[in-house]
Amino acid sequence: MNEKSEKLIDKKGLRLDGRKPDELRPVKLQVGAITNADGSAYIEQGKNKILAGVYGPREVHPKHLALQDRTLLKCRYHMAPFSVQERKSPAPSRREVELSKVIRESLEPAIFLEYYPRTMIDVFVEVLQADGGTRCAAITAAALALADSGVPMRDLVAACAAGKVEDTIVLDLMDTEDKMGSADVPVALMPNMNAITLLQMDGTLSLEEFESTVNLALDGCKQIYAMQKEALKTKYVSVKEEEKEENKEEAEE
Amino acid sequence: MPIFLEKRQLVTPGDLIAEGEYVAGENTYIEKNRIYASRVGIVEYETKKIDVVALKAFYVPRMGDVVIGTITEVGFNGWMVDINSPYPALLRASDVLSRPFKPQKDDLPQVLDVGDLVVANIISYDRTHDPQLTVAEPGLGKITRGQIVKVTPTKIPRVIGRKGSMISTIKQETGCNIILGVNGVILITGKTLEDEQLAMRAILRIEEESHTTGLTDRITQMLKEEKSKREETK
Repeated sequence: MNEKSEKLIDKKGLRLDGRKPDELRPVKLQVGAITNADGSAYIEQGKNKILAGVYGPREVHPKHLALQDRTLLKCRYHMAPFSVQERKSPAPSRREVELSKVIRESLEPAIFLEYYPRTMIDVFVEVLQADGGTRCAAITAAALALADSGVPMRDLVAACAAGKVEDTIVLDLMDTEDKMGSADVPVALMPNMNAITLLQMDGTLSLEEFESTVNLALDGCKQIYAMQKEALKTKYVSVKEEEKEENKEEAEE
Repeated sequence: MPIFLEKRQLVTPGDLIAEGEYVAGENTYIEKNRIYASRVGIVEYETKKIDVVALKAFYVPRMGDVVIGTITEVGFNGWMVDINSPYPALLRASDVLSRPFKPQKDDLPQVLDVGDLVVANIISYDRTHDPQLTVAEPGLGKITRGQIVKVTPTKIPRVIGRKGSMISTIKQETGCNIILGVNGVILITGKTLEDEQLAMRAILRIEEESHTTGLTDRITQMLKEEKSKREETK
């Protein structure tokens, strides 16, 4: 950190974008964003813009990859070349391959993979604009897309990060906070099972700090879960609402 | 032993529906004596059994189902059929020819070629083997004319209606013959293209509004209106 850079947290205890330490960025969720996919979702979390699409379960190609006792879950996390300031090469980088694996493993426990052996489910995550915390936003969107596609699931998965910036524990780090701060802890949660499916840490934290960071992140997950449910219901309730209005109009006539 | 939700409530995967001595029906699962939803859907229950009627799901083959499929591949002694499910189905040549298949004499693409549609019955399926089809029953076989409509497989019961009320209404009003594939593919054959298109529109409307009540009445009304409109133009 050079001395010129501004303070990440000001005297009032507010962050660069004016948030309180325990405040999420504004989240917008939309289910069914791609009509070609079996299930899809779109998330905007602060400046993050991410699309997730799910295909399947379907036949496995090449065939030898098929698992005899469960569904093969394939996951691809990809950042668009225009998603960051400097052009990102469209070829999968080391980081993207790792994130694909991390996202897959955080979704696996939530899906009844053993129901449909010898098939595969494809999950595509496309980052259109990135501003820190994309893996969490990607998991949130992918879980919604899976639920939308009709794959049987134990629970939804909601993800959120927390971390330490200038000795303060903060929720939902954005890019600058992630880079300048001292720790970042992404957490994914199955809220009804109360089970954590992803827990990573980058940076250093004391044991007490780690505990309060994880608790803060779990709080964030629960807030995001409420929004996920809302988004899923909106997709189907919107039809119902239209219906009601139509009936009202008819009655008035 | 409470049920936490009322009938016809919308649930998402992981929602707790009931606790105690209940039977987990469709699209639900039990963990530690609690019943949760496993798909987005609407809660329905009768005394002990709790179901979630899924709003979106894919077709899983079951023995005895009548399905409509597309030929995707001509093999050495049969065809591969896409039945809109995670698994491709097999249709054997001897079954279609209803006599032993002779590779020297019989030309399979002449009987059924890629892209042809068939109405078939599933005769065997388990999780270790792909489903097998038969057309050796009356009413089954290659489709030669008509219109195809695809709906979400879970909506097929809604198209049928209570004791077949919905489907018989559509058949009566449009004069079309309708075959429902359990895999969500519907075949409509009528006297004129107009009749077929009217039936198609009715079915697509059912799919769109399937989770609302009083649908049969609205569909009947719509069909009657359309018919009177057409007579006026004539």
